Amino acid sequence: MTKIKRLPSPFRPHGGIDQSVFEQNKGLVELIGRRGLFRGTFSLGALTMLTGCDWGDGGSVEQALRAVSRWNDLVQAAIFRPDHLAPTFTAAEVVKPPRFNAHYDVEDVKPVDGRTWKLEVSGLVNDKRSWSLVEMMSLPQQELIIRHICIEGWDYIGQWSGVNFRRFLERIGADLRARYIAFRCADGYTEALDMATALHPQTILATTYAGEPLPDPFGYPLRLRTSTKLGFKNAKWLTAIEVTNTRPRTYYSDQGFNWFSGI
Amino acid sequence: MTAISPETEAGASSRLHPLPVRLMHWVNAVAMFIMIGSGWKIYNDEVIFGWLHFPEALAIGKWAQHGLLWHFFGMWVFAINGLLYLAYGIFSGRFRRKLWPISPRELISTIGAALRFKLGHDDLTHYNAVQKSLYVGVILIGVMSVISGLTLWKPVQFSELLALFGNDFQTVRLVHFLCMAAICGFVVIHVALALLVPKTLIAMITGGPRVPSAQPPASSP
Repeated sequence: MTKIKRLPSPFRPHGGIDQSVFEQNKGLVELIGRRGLFRGTFSLGALTMLTGCDWGDGGSVEQALRAVSRWNDLVQAAIFRPDHLAPTFTAAEVVKPPRFNAHYDVEDVKPVDGRTWKLEVSGLVNDKRSWSLVEMMSLPQQELIIRHICIEGWDYIGQWSGVNFRRFLERIGADLRARYIAFRCADGYTEALDMATALHPQTILATTYAGEPLPDPFGYPLRLRTSTKLGFKNAKWLTAIEVTNTRPRTYYSDQGFNWFSGI
Repeated sequence: MTAISPETEAGASSRLHPLPVRLMHWVNAVAMFIMIGSGWKIYNDEVIFGWLHFPEALAIGKWAQHGLLWHFFGMWVFAINGLLYLAYGIFSGRFRRKLWPISPRELISTIGAALRFKLGHDDLTHYNAVQKSLYVGVILIGVMSVISGLTLWKPVQFSELLALFGNDFQTVRLVHFLCMAAICGFVVIHVALALLVPKTLIAMITGGPRVPSAQPPASSP
């Protein structure tokens, strides 16, 4: 078995993790236990807090609910069908332009310069060379006309094309037995995929929408698009990916949204 | 086996509402409360009807993610408790004894009697045709709320379920919403009637009057 050398990750602070963080949050860590789950789930206190008096940050009820959400991650991974394809649609059904969503308004989107843009690659991969947009476009392209479903409840049919993610991972010599892929974006957003989803045939690194280069609000020059995740998992304006066995933190799961968020 | 007198035969299991039924009833009440309240929070983020926003004070969860966290916790309680209830109802024969048959003629006459406030409440152990219809109806709607909920949660993994709804995601949202609305309607009637005839409410706590044993005594060798 070849051991893949690890280079410093762009996702982690240099010089290791400051241990004082754990000391400061010891109480919080202890809350996320089975006892916390039990108390939070069955106590009368849980009922009185239903309407949200204890929702500040890290209340014991929220910690218990987040523990259930982690359990739901495991369930979703277990029922995931690696080769089961999402329905595809015809070009006539495609919505143009697609619906914009981010944690800020469309006017606040900061366009990325495709000429200087690079995709950094790190973690459990053999070839850590960065990729330019021209290089990404020179790889075989795959088109997906699939339904985008937002966690809020709306959906639309979109037409995306780009590099099949599995082929890209093979191309960079990624360890396909690793557990996660972490994504970092130009706007500081972070997302992640489990490896099974990354290897799904309908997961691509998209460069076009409806046959045109991605418009700025929808992730130019490169975004993730997969048919088996909610919209927010499909990170836009990608700047770096890392193959890792450590479950990456993500922008929305840090706030309490489900990490796996499969559909 | 010697003959057993009705007194000694009457244990907890021969109450009108045996202990498992009472437990499952109240677990379900809490689960419904969580599912409906958090569902309103989720609905408010992307309403189906422009004129309908649920009051934030009645919705469960401070922000969207908290409504979702509650909903995806409550679903386990609601679904597992519901499955246990269905299994119990079918295998104990309770559904067959209590909820079947429903006579259309009795249904009409009972509605008439109810509207004239002439409905008898002396015998709690027998459900009238309106009660039977409402209970069967709300059980079926509960099943549909789980099926439509599973489809909303996993429209790709369970694409076979999505096909039942014409492969249209928004149709599933609407069905899920209508199940909630129907359950709310049931709860209003159910709670109002239970408060009008308080002994029915007390029976769901204490077990209610003793009833003859469910199974006819087997002829002993």
